[in-house]
Amino acid sequence: MQNTLEISAPKIHPKPWMDKAFKTLTLLNAWLVLILLAGIIVSLFFGSQTTWQKEGLGFLTKEEWDTAAGSFGALGPVAGTLITSGIALLLALPVSIGIAMFLTELAPAWLRRPLGTAIELLAAIPSIIYGMWGLFVIAPLFIEYVQPFLAITLGNVPVIGKLFSGTQLGVGVLTAGVVLAIMIVPFITAVLRDVFSLVPPMLKESAYGLGATTWEVVRNIVIPHTKIGMVGGVMLGLGRALGETMAVTFVIGNSHGLNLSLFAPGNSIASTLANEFNEASSDEHRSALLALALVLFLITTIVLGFAKWLISRNEVK
Amino acid sequence: MNIQELMANPLYRRRKWTNRVMLVLAGLAIVVGLFWLSWIMWTLFSKGLAALSPSLFTEITPPAGETGGGLANAILGSVLMVAVATMMTTPIGILAGTYLAEYARNNTLSKIVRFINDILLSAPSIVVGMFVFLVAYYGLGLRQNAYSGWAGAFALAIIMLPVVVRTTDDMLKLVPNTLREAAVALGTPYWKMIFTIGYRAARTGMLTGLLLGVARIFGETAPLLFTAFGNNFWSSNLSERMASLPQVINQFGLSPDENWNQLAWGGAILITLLVLFINIVTRWYASKHD
Repeated sequence: MQNTLEISAPKIHPKPWMDKAFKTLTLLNAWLVLILLAGIIVSLFFGSQTTWQKEGLGFLTKEEWDTAAGSFGALGPVAGTLITSGIALLLALPVSIGIAMFLTELAPAWLRRPLGTAIELLAAIPSIIYGMWGLFVIAPLFIEYVQPFLAITLGNVPVIGKLFSGTQLGVGVLTAGVVLAIMIVPFITAVLRDVFSLVPPMLKESAYGLGATTWEVVRNIVIPHTKIGMVGGVMLGLGRALGETMAVTFVIGNSHGLNLSLFAPGNSIASTLANEFNEASSDEHRSALLALALVLFLITTIVLGFAKWLISRNEVK
Repeated sequence: MNIQELMANPLYRRRKWTNRVMLVLAGLAIVVGLFWLSWIMWTLFSKGLAALSPSLFTEITPPAGETGGGLANAILGSVLMVAVATMMTTPIGILAGTYLAEYARNNTLSKIVRFINDILLSAPSIVVGMFVFLVAYYGLGLRQNAYSGWAGAFALAIIMLPVVVRTTDDMLKLVPNTLREAAVALGTPYWKMIFTIGYRAARTGMLTGLLLGVARIFGETAPLLFTAFGNNFWSSNLSERMASLPQVINQFGLSPDENWNQLAWGGAILITLLVLFINIVTRWYASKHD
């Protein structure tokens, strides 16, 4: 009868191998993220072998882009990318600081969430919508009002006058920069809001207690305290602007070659890829486009990596 | 010093005025931001509303120069490719995020993976399209058949992956450790604890991340140009070239053909409303469950 009391212990660990198997499975998938990055870089590098062998690093400083002659240089698209992104940052940064300041320091608490969401929605709108809107709404306004206005005002200033002269087409480098600026405002604002809200309230309250105005608190407490994170936010916006494709392709005018005027049509790396990759029939052409893609990918990776590093340093502080 | 003396003090007045000007500028900045958003929406409605009709959903893309037609094949292509991409990327993203949050929260590998993942999150999507093209063209040796719905879905999956990894990681990290300890103390195997405690506690956030990822890839154009390519006929075969809403908008929007332009605006209003709807609903849902 004693035997009946011998209850067999329940199997609490029915499949001990499951633990190891599941952990390995998750580990493999985490590795996939790294493999993906490596795969992109390696495949672009091998795809662009022809160009690197022929041009070497001189590819980056060569201006000519001649499909018929099979001679390709990256200077035009690289310059177009940097100039449009530069314009975008110049315009987007003050607006983003203003919005972040408003949302963290001024707006009543009940207004912060809806307004913040509205700004974030700007980032959700697909890039191609910005492109169509830029081409059909902004470009006509530029040709009618903005470019003539800039030409008679800034166009007459000695040194920078050259930037604002030339044929007014509506589309062009300046238009692309403006559309990009609107697109990156939500990204920069999001980072700025985060870093602004990390400023210890005690610091701000001390300044207010000494009689500082809101602007003085922002200027002398918030901004110095969050400098590193702010640069991180700007770099993140830059990383976004550099790789933006569809919106730029619609409004940049798509023309190769360097031009001093910001009114002139141009090309960014991404717009060149979007326009030409499917049509590229020769090996040299395709290889040059892949080389451009590699350059773009490496630049954005470095810029975004730097941004991430700066933002995380700000959090640690 | 009484208030009149204070008001007369030039330094005080200057500080007060600087403050006012700056606050007005900050207010202006947010007005500018909201102004762009409403302007884009207004443009979409004023140009796209006329194109919204039942035929948009029932007829396929017309040839240039004809009237009528719709976007049925593009809608089908978009839905198919986004669905396949979501199915491909969800398990991978969730498992990778699980590794980061549950197994190796702070070791070197997970720090590197997080770093790389955040970079991929903002990487130029057109390069992803070229990568997938290279894989199909050279890697799989498909050559002229490199363009296909599968390739498009694969490219979209790559773009969605970092979103899923990031939100899974973030949401699992929010699950209190006491819950995990309670489960493990009862003898639950670790993997089972992740399924029954981790995923269950984090599911709202993980679902939010998935939906935001879907919203993101629904509007992606650049990666589809060199992968799905586009197709003017009704096709649900993922091995063939496939139309998608953003690609048709790109093709029709840049064309001088007026009927095509109309359809492009119709497509534009469709994807924008869908994407904004997903964004607003998921945010509202997530904030309610906070």
